[in-house]
Amino acid sequence: MGGVHATARIEARADGRGGTALPVLASDGPLALRRTRGTAAEARVVLVGAMSGPLGGDRFAVEADVGGGARLRVGSAAATIALPGQTKDDARYEVRLTVADDGELDWLPEPLISAKGSDLSVVTRVDLGAGARLVLREEQVLGRVGEEPGLLRSRLVARIAGRVVLDQELACGPGAPGGWDGPAVLAGQRAIGQLVLARPEFAERPAEARILAEHACVMPLAGPAALVTAVAPDGLRLRRVLDEALAELDIR
Amino acid sequence: MHLDHFPHGPAAVGADARRPDGSRRALRIGLGGPVGSGKTATVAALCRALRDRLSLAVVTNDIYTREDAEFLLREAVLPPERITAVETGACPHTAIRDDISANLEAVEDLEDEVGPLDLILVESGGDNLTATFSKGLVDAQIFVIDVAGGDDIPRKGGPGVTTADLLVVNKTDLAPHVGSDLARMAADAKAQRAELPVVFQSLRSEHGVADVAAWVRARLAAWTA
Amino acid sequence: MTRTALLVLADGRFPAGGHAHSGGAEAAVKAGRITGAQSLEAFCRGRLHTAGLVAAALAAAAAGGVDPAGLDAAADARTPSPALRATARRLGRQLMRAARATWPSDELDAVARQFPKGAHQPVVLGLTARAAGLGPADAAYCAVYESVSGPATAVVRLLSLDPFEATAVLARLAPELDRVADRAVTSASAVPAEGLDVLPAASAPLLEIGAEVHAAWPVRLFAS
Repeated sequence: MGGVHATARIEARADGRGGTALPVLASDGPLALRRTRGTAAEARVVLVGAMSGPLGGDRFAVEADVGGGARLRVGSAAATIALPGQTKDDARYEVRLTVADDGELDWLPEPLISAKGSDLSVVTRVDLGAGARLVLREEQVLGRVGEEPGLLRSRLVARIAGRVVLDQELACGPGAPGGWDGPAVLAGQRAIGQLVLARPEFAERPAEARILAEHACVMPLAGPAALVTAVAPDGLRLRRVLDEALAELDIR
Repeated sequence: MHLDHFPHGPAAVGADARRPDGSRRALRIGLGGPVGSGKTATVAALCRALRDRLSLAVVTNDIYTREDAEFLLREAVLPPERITAVETGACPHTAIRDDISANLEAVEDLEDEVGPLDLILVESGGDNLTATFSKGLVDAQIFVIDVAGGDDIPRKGGPGVTTADLLVVNKTDLAPHVGSDLARMAADAKAQRAELPVVFQSLRSEHGVADVAAWVRARLAAWTA
Repeated sequence: MTRTALLVLADGRFPAGGHAHSGGAEAAVKAGRITGAQSLEAFCRGRLHTAGLVAAALAAAAAGGVDPAGLDAAADARTPSPALRATARRLGRQLMRAARATWPSDELDAVARQFPKGAHQPVVLGLTARAAGLGPADAAYCAVYESVSGPATAVVRLLSLDPFEATAVLARLAPELDRVADRAVTSASAVPAEGLDVLPAASAPLLEIGAEVHAAWPVRLFAS
């Protein structure tokens, strides 16, 4: 068994003066975390991929834990590119996010690009307290420009107060179950994006279901959260749709 | 006009006549017939004729979504919460006969949400001459044809014309213009239906829907007796 | 189990409301994504491996005696589209009515009382199979078959597609249906030990988005 095993971890806590402290900011191997300039209330962190991985056999994990009253925003410096590795093993990337009651997390990484020959499984697990706030963006681009994609499997599970409000898997690329590129699933589109918004206010007043673009819509989930799902021909057009959706929905 | 007689009591009680709470459910009358024969206009006229003295509601079964329901809403024959549209997946006869589950849900929801109701009219999407309502859905059915559809329709028969509890021959005012022979239609209908009643009506006449309304009242009296 | 009970339940004429639904095919036809037998097959294959797999696993779990309320919540989480959640509950309620009349059972009565507006259809399908004396594999087969037969029938009506071609599509998919049903049963059988998270959650973005687009149309032939 080859490959790199790395787990990076962030803990964000209210500092008692209206701001957010980061008692833990632990980089690991290729997963480097940098604190950047934030706002008075919000701490900001950028995930810097020192390598272009994950490659086959790699096991990466990133954890963020946001306490009550803390506000954290995490981005990444560049797109993550899944590449084929030396071994036949798949690569795995896990993201584990926990936000306590009254905590707030914006998780806005750059896209994940599935390059030809790669085999990556991404799992994102989100655990939110009843009053937690979350914006989570996931973008997956199948292949670099003009390239056929690798095999990409992803799962996104979000819990609020212990109850699962969203559980979604997507598998695409060579080796995925049949029909993934057909008229029911992607129909030739090469970029898939999702925004998960959790807001305690949605319990009283759910987001309204709405069509945003030809292949994009807002959907209130069965719980105080909403999902924006979009597919587009490429990553740029996908980002445009998601940015518009976020600007419209994320009114604070 | 040509109202032959009132049968005694509901011919067929489909689903349970009692609601879960033990109260008597509303009488359900189905209206079927070919496209354009005037089903929706008859439903609208019945609502206007009966709504002051009865608590009623309508379920429409459109081929396309909600068209008939929209018409009834525009005409404001009933408050909107008393009109429900069932979608039929391009098969209106299936929804009223072979698989009545969506229509049963609709009538029960109406009783739960706006009840108590005396009467629910279930209008079929325009279909062919073979479309009839299941006895599991309605207690009685009216088949509506019109003189402009051809005066040979009663002669041709078919389950709707032959077995409906009431046959309505609509748009009699058009008969001279389309060359339809009302006497012949009446004779053919009599031959096909024996003692089952037939009403000839023109909703444009002063008499309007009065005969059909009287028939409905008689069915309702028998239902609640 | 009786093989005939399976035929009764799987029959397209079983009066549970399916005829008014296209399984997303109407939206795909209108968008130009389904134009004939070949694209119908690709559509059905995609639906089978996503919504079909999830439905089959839920149905198999319900048939195997897993708590219906937990399965219903798992179905909600796996169905982000509110239009599809509403459709699944409506069809669940309609199936419940047909099931109680066909195979009366205390368990069905209890779930009908618990979900007066309907539980998710695959959950009710599993309970119906149980009431009919059938097992998890039977329930999974019904679910996977429904996941492709509904769109195929709808496309015959929407495109006037040759019905023989549409039926041949279903026959060609049969080996894949077998595999998906198997996978569904395997996941469902792991639920008692590992919990509901073990159930598949395969999703199809265009089915979800298409369902929302379709629900907003003022004029359509199918309810979903």
